[in-house]
Amino acid sequence: MDPKPLWLLAELTYKCPLQCPYCSNPLDFAGPRFKRELSTDEWCRVFREAKALGVLQLGLSGGEPTLRPDLEQLVRTAHELGLYTSLITSAYRLTRERLAALKAAGLDHVQISIQGADADLSDEIAGTASYRDKIAAYHYTRELGFPLTVNVVLHRRNLHQVEAMIRLAESLGAERIELANTQFYGWALHNRDALMPTKAQLAAAWQVVERERARLGTTLEIVWVLPDYHEQFPKPCMGGWARAYMTVTPAGEVWPCHAAGRITTLTFENVREHPLDWIWERSEAFNRFRGDQWMPEPCRSCPRKAQDFGGCRCQAFLVAGDAALTDPVCSLSPHRHLIDAALAAEREPEEWTYRAAPASRTLAASPPDPLSAVRRGGTE
Amino acid sequence: MNRSVRLHPKARLQRDEVRGREVLLYPEGLVGLNPTGAEILALCDGARSLAEIVATLERRYGVSGLEPDVAAFLDGLAAKGLVLYGP
Repeated sequence: MDPKPLWLLAELTYKCPLQCPYCSNPLDFAGPRFKRELSTDEWCRVFREAKALGVLQLGLSGGEPTLRPDLEQLVRTAHELGLYTSLITSAYRLTRERLAALKAAGLDHVQISIQGADADLSDEIAGTASYRDKIAAYHYTRELGFPLTVNVVLHRRNLHQVEAMIRLAESLGAERIELANTQFYGWALHNRDALMPTKAQLAAAWQVVERERARLGTTLEIVWVLPDYHEQFPKPCMGGWARAYMTVTPAGEVWPCHAAGRITTLTFENVREHPLDWIWERSEAFNRFRGDQWMPEPCRSCPRKAQDFGGCRCQAFLVAGDAALTDPVCSLSPHRHLIDAALAAEREPEEWTYRAAPASRTLAASPPDPLSAVRRGGTE
Repeated sequence: MNRSVRLHPKARLQRDEVRGREVLLYPEGLVGLNPTGAEILALCDGARSLAEIVATLERRYGVSGLEPDVAAFLDGLAAKGLVLYGP
């Protein structure tokens, strides 16, 4: 049977008051490719087409989705369609009144990020004073009866706070805490050397997670997103290319994941030019890595291929230079040495580049070079 | 057996037209349901107890001995935090 999507991530805007150096948005988010944002009507059409195609879970994300003044209307439409709708927000300047209006419109679930367990570190990593707003919004969310997910992206500078983060989520009465080890795409790849954790840090944090899971049971679900560079086998990225998931960018491009736009060897279609079902079923980009016919060795004859789908196409492109290769994280990949080199790279205390529009324009102006991250790893 | 059973407020029972089934939706996840599972969950209204849910289903189908299966199904969802027992 042809796969039908279950998940739609709607990136409503790439504008964001925060400047997190691990942002998964494209490096050129401030450039012309993403400039002309979809209108309210266009988004509502996308939601209708997504529902008809099989989507049940909708994430409203960005950038910062609350910057869209029509967010309430988008939520109302999604709710009427029967989509389970999550708001994925930094909560910067998010008021109780706005959250109450979103609740009335039918929003199902709120996910609020935090960058560290205390104001000093959280604000430093975010590059914007936002901790106080986040804590206030966590409380509003609970008062209004939303299920709450606390999301933390983990890296070298905050992994030591994992226990404090879990305690914070517990004290807030959150349903879930997502401890998401940085995945190296977008700004995170650009800042990889500054963000890469050590093995010892990860081992200590994992120990905390195991202990806290045993203590908390179903009271607080602790999600641990694996630090894939440190793994032996690749992650089953997106449950397989174009099998269950799609992202629509602020200007209407449709990607099989929120990083796929960086694969310059593929052409991505736009909801302004094609219906979503055509893009899902017919477009070249969605079909290119669907199933397992595209797989090279060592994937093709590997019993794990049904489990990990060859790993991540974006990582193959960004690190090994070709999206059709085995994910270089795999210990069986002939390119694994590129990952090992990144892990072994000398890590002097290093400045990261904050995710902001001026930096985006500067980076976009330099010629595209998918292997620059590898070269910084010192192997070529 | 006598405690009431209800869905966690974060979970929502819903029709999945495209795949012709009911689903239980919750933050960042879903469970696909067969018709029996959907019927059991539709009875988890916070008023009925497990015994009453079982009795309703047994009457509806003219069978007996459903309790272990219904309890196992609900316990499985309770372990995921999707079903709550008690007031």
